[in-house]
Amino acid sequence: MIEVNSVAVRNRLGAVTAAFERGRITAICGPNGAGKSTLLQVLAGLVEPEAGKVRLDGARLPRGRERARRIGYLPQVGEVAWDLSVARLVALGRLPHGDRGEVQVAEALAAVDLAALAGRPVSTLSGGERARALLARVLAGEPQWILADEPLAALDLLHQLALLAHLRAASDAGTGVVLVLHDLALAMNHADRVLVLERGRLAAEGAPEEALSEAVIARVWGVAARWLGEPGARALVAEGGRGPHPSSANRLRR
Amino acid sequence: MTRTIPLLTALLFLALPLSLLAGRVWLDPWATPNAVVILAELRLPRALLAIVIGAGLGAAGAAMQGYLRNPLADPGLFGIAPGAALGAVASLWFGYAAAAWLLPGFALAGAGGAMALLALIVGRGAGIALFTLAGMMIASLAGALTSLAISLAPNAFAMSEIVTWLMGALTDRSWSDVWLAAPLTLAGIVLLRLAGPGLDALTLGESAARSLGVEPRRLQALLIAGTGLTVGSGVAVAGIVGFVGLIVPHLVRPLTDSRPSSLIVPSALAGALLVLVADCLCRILPLVTELRLGIALSLVGAPFFLALLLRMRREVLE
Repeated sequence: MIEVNSVAVRNRLGAVTAAFERGRITAICGPNGAGKSTLLQVLAGLVEPEAGKVRLDGARLPRGRERARRIGYLPQVGEVAWDLSVARLVALGRLPHGDRGEVQVAEALAAVDLAALAGRPVSTLSGGERARALLARVLAGEPQWILADEPLAALDLLHQLALLAHLRAASDAGTGVVLVLHDLALAMNHADRVLVLERGRLAAEGAPEEALSEAVIARVWGVAARWLGEPGARALVAEGGRGPHPSSANRLRR
Repeated sequence: MTRTIPLLTALLFLALPLSLLAGRVWLDPWATPNAVVILAELRLPRALLAIVIGAGLGAAGAAMQGYLRNPLADPGLFGIAPGAALGAVASLWFGYAAAAWLLPGFALAGAGGAMALLALIVGRGAGIALFTLAGMMIASLAGALTSLAISLAPNAFAMSEIVTWLMGALTDRSWSDVWLAAPLTLAGIVLLRLAGPGLDALTLGESAARSLGVEPRRLQALLIAGTGLTVGSGVAVAGIVGFVGLIVPHLVRPLTDSRPSSLIVPSALAGALLVLVADCLCRILPLVTELRLGIALSLVGAPFFLALLLRMRREVLE
């Protein structure tokens, strides 16, 4: 379990308290600038909060390789500076373990259906293949936690669902999965739990149906929207905004 | 990658004896008078020195490109080479170059000063951009001070000595230069190789690298020390030799799996080979005075680099 206790990061997060559990998918949602990525980076130990505590299984968040072995982090920008082969890219996930981890790399490649492309240079991959390869990099480290920042943003529907299926498989195997998601319908249908942030503070939290209720969406996003369909297969229809959102106006002033 | 290192090593062992025989006067070990003395006291230390500084520049260039995630990076960017040059120029300015150890000593002190300044600036946990900018500022400061020293040179002789020295050359070097540069360069290459896994992780960007357990300060410290030792000792014994650190990693990268860590040792070997061959060509060319190594490498390097850039651009467009 990862717990954050009134963590604050200047200008970005103010006193957020929440707990994340293994074996389920938690989505962090919120308007632009709400502090979603910052919260994820605090969980990953990449941003040191100015106030508050972060605890992993009741102890202080470890540092360096020890933390890296337990928490896998997938940044929003899927940068790959050099044209490595897919297998070499995935093997970077073994760096915290200091071994080649050939078995784990092969398993990770198989888990995201990229075993056939192991020898291909990354530059020749499509966007969807590349996103899967980067996820496999995290899987190869066999972390207890996968924290991913907008892993689905650049993907088409088919690949979004494929990646979510991989994440669900990891979660079913006991991994804690925390995702920053912009797409509320994906969060509604695929997350077990949702945290809604607004201007650095927790605005709602709970099962998707509650945390992303029409009332919350109206309050936080300033959009009158309706959910259609059945639980687990929801679609969101927006009916109109209420002009400039207070949080963005606030940011401009600051 | 597995074949690159043996291949380059073999080429180096092939080039070394050839370079010993090559020169304005080609040596025939059995016929030339005093051949043994010429080989042992002049040509062997010079060839070894070429290998040492080439290896240092190649390895430093590979590490630098890995750190900045940019194939256009060069070891000069960190300000260590200009710092070392400033130190050497100071010793020439004061006329201390009379003693064989003083000039390299001053150059190493200059490199050390640049390293200390860098470490001081980045000690507070600076990101890659600030680190690079700090290096460039140090480079530009050292460059300005070097120009100042030249313009204020006490006499015409000191000025010409400084200017000639800055061009980089391996003429008239002795074993003492080899004993100075070789251990420092070797230690530097070892440090750069230790930075390899951290550089590999940086392939995925700064935050992903940190999430993989890379400590940015440890990585910066390894790079400052590694580049300082290799480049600093190279400048101390041979002056400014450009383009090796830029070109060699480019040439070697296609022969490796492209990971920065697997590029460092092959780049060291290829850099050694390049400087050794370039120095031979400088000696063989029928000019009135011997072409300075630093000039020769830049003369060949600049067009080569331009061609490389154009090819890269074409690949992007395609």
